[in-house]
Amino acid sequence: MRTPLFEQHVSLGAKIVDFHGWEMPIQYASIIQEHQAVRTRGGLFDVSHMGRFRVTGPDRRAFLDRELTVPVSRMDQGRCRYTFLLNRDGGVVDDLLVTEDSEQGENWLIVNAGNRDKDLQWLRRDAEGSNVVIEDRSSDLTLLAVQGPESSDILRRALGLDASGLGYYRFARFAEWTVSRTGYTGEDGFEILGPVAQAEDAWRRLVEAGASPVGLGARDTLRLEAAMPLYGNELDETTSPLEAGLEFAVVFDKDRDFQGRRALRKRRKAGLKRMLVGLRHQGKRTARHGYELFRGKDCVGVVTSGSWSPTFQRPIALAYVDVGYAGPGTELTADIRGSREPVTVSELPFYRRAERVHA
Amino acid sequence: MRPEDARYSETHEWVRVNDKKKEAAVGITDYAVKQLSDLVHLEITPKVGDSIDPGAPFGEIESVKTVADLLAPIGGKILAVNQELIENVDALKTDAFDAGWMIKLKVNDAKGLDELMDAKEYKEYLASLEEEEGEKKDGDEVDDDDFV
Repeated sequence: MRTPLFEQHVSLGAKIVDFHGWEMPIQYASIIQEHQAVRTRGGLFDVSHMGRFRVTGPDRRAFLDRELTVPVSRMDQGRCRYTFLLNRDGGVVDDLLVTEDSEQGENWLIVNAGNRDKDLQWLRRDAEGSNVVIEDRSSDLTLLAVQGPESSDILRRALGLDASGLGYYRFARFAEWTVSRTGYTGEDGFEILGPVAQAEDAWRRLVEAGASPVGLGARDTLRLEAAMPLYGNELDETTSPLEAGLEFAVVFDKDRDFQGRRALRKRRKAGLKRMLVGLRHQGKRTARHGYELFRGKDCVGVVTSGSWSPTFQRPIALAYVDVGYAGPGTELTADIRGSREPVTVSELPFYRRAERVHA
Repeated sequence: MRPEDARYSETHEWVRVNDKKKEAAVGITDYAVKQLSDLVHLEITPKVGDSIDPGAPFGEIESVKTVADLLAPIGGKILAVNQELIENVDALKTDAFDAGWMIKLKVNDAKGLDELMDAKEYKEYLASLEEEEGEKKDGDEVDDDDFV
C-alpha cells in the first residue's frame, strides 16, 4: 500500500521500506540530519499509514468509556487524549489517540498502522448491540505531522492557518484541515488531517515553508529520546500500561468500568514485577531490541528499544528490568552480541524540550 | 571510480594487495557505506599479530539503525589496524578505499583473491542486487518493526 505522498518520497530520494504492508520512507538522506532538523527547526512526516477511525452514533461515548482507559464521556470539545485498548488481562491491544468532537457528534481514534485491522475487528465486535458506527477512514484522509520549534510558523506560512494558540493535546478545524497539537517526537508540533486530494500540495507547501522531510528512521530516534513507547517493542498484549510507566493514561474513576480495569487493579495490588527504564551507555555500541541485561550472572531484564541518540551522541535504550534493579543509577551489563557492556539505569525521558506548551 | 586493482566480496569488503602479493589492505566499499548511511561506530576485534581466516569476522560497523559484521575477504596475519578511522568513522563517507582501510594483512594464500570479484564484476553484482530489491518491493515484506 502507498500513501498519497509516495511519489513525493521517491522523488526526494527516500529509501523505501515495507512497513506493515505500507511502502514508507525510512530516510531521505540521513537519519541524523533529519532528527536534528526536527529538534532545531521543523520536520515533516507522512504518517498517512496510521489508522483513523471515525466513531459516531448515540452510544459512541458510553461505548468508548467501556473500551478505553480514559473517560471519553468527560472529554470536552476539541480534546485529545492518549489511551489504551486493553484486553481482559490488562494487556495492551493498542495504544492510540482519542478525540472528542461534540459539535460534529463524533470521536476519532488514531491507531498504529500495524494494528489497524486488529483494532477495527475488536471494536466492531464489542460494538455489537450498541448504537455505534465505526468507520475506517484511513484511506480517504491524509495525515501529516509537522514537528519542531518552528512548526507553528511553518504551518502558518505553508497553509495559512494559525494554530499557535491551540492548546497542547487539543484540536481545532481550520477550513478543510483538522489540526491537533500532538506528536511523537518530544517537540512542539502538530498533526494535520485533511483530504487526500490536498496531500501533495500541502506537502510541497510545507517543505517550501522550511519543514525538512523526515522518515521513519528519525521518527524512531526522536520518540526514543522522548521515551515514548512503540507498540511491538515497549507495548504488546502481554504488557500492561502500569509496568510501562504509562499510568497517566489510565483513569480509575469510580463509576466507570472499562475493559481490563479489574485485571489492572489485580496487577497493581500484586505489585509490579518489572518496570520500563532507560539505559545510559558508557561505550558506543548500542544495546538493541531483545538484548539481555545482567546483574552479575543473573539475567534481570531485556532491551525493548535501543538506538544511537543523535542529540546525546551516545546510545540510549529502553528496557524492562526486574523491579529490584529498576532504580536510577543501578549498574547493569548488557549482552551486546556476545560481549558484556556496562549500562546504567536512568530516569526518563532522556530528552525534554526547553519550552513546554500549555494545555 | 572504484579502484581497478581491488577485489570485492559479496559482503561488500574490498582488498588491495601490493605488487609482491604479500601485504594487503582491507576495507568496505562505498556501496556498503552508502547503505549504512549514518555511521556511528567501528569496532575492529583482532589485534596486530593475530591470524584471521578468510570469511571470518574482523569487526563490526554500526550505524544508527543497524550493525553489520565485517568479514575478511582473504586470510592472513594482522599487520596494522586503522586507529584513526576508528576515532573518526565518518571519514569512510569521503574515502572508503584509501584512507578508509581498516586492517592491513600479511597474506597467507593469494589464490583466494581469484575467487573475489573485480571492479567490473562487482558493479554488475550491485546492479543485480538493485534489481532484486525492486522485485522484493512488489512481493515480499521486509520485516522491519522498528518504526511507527
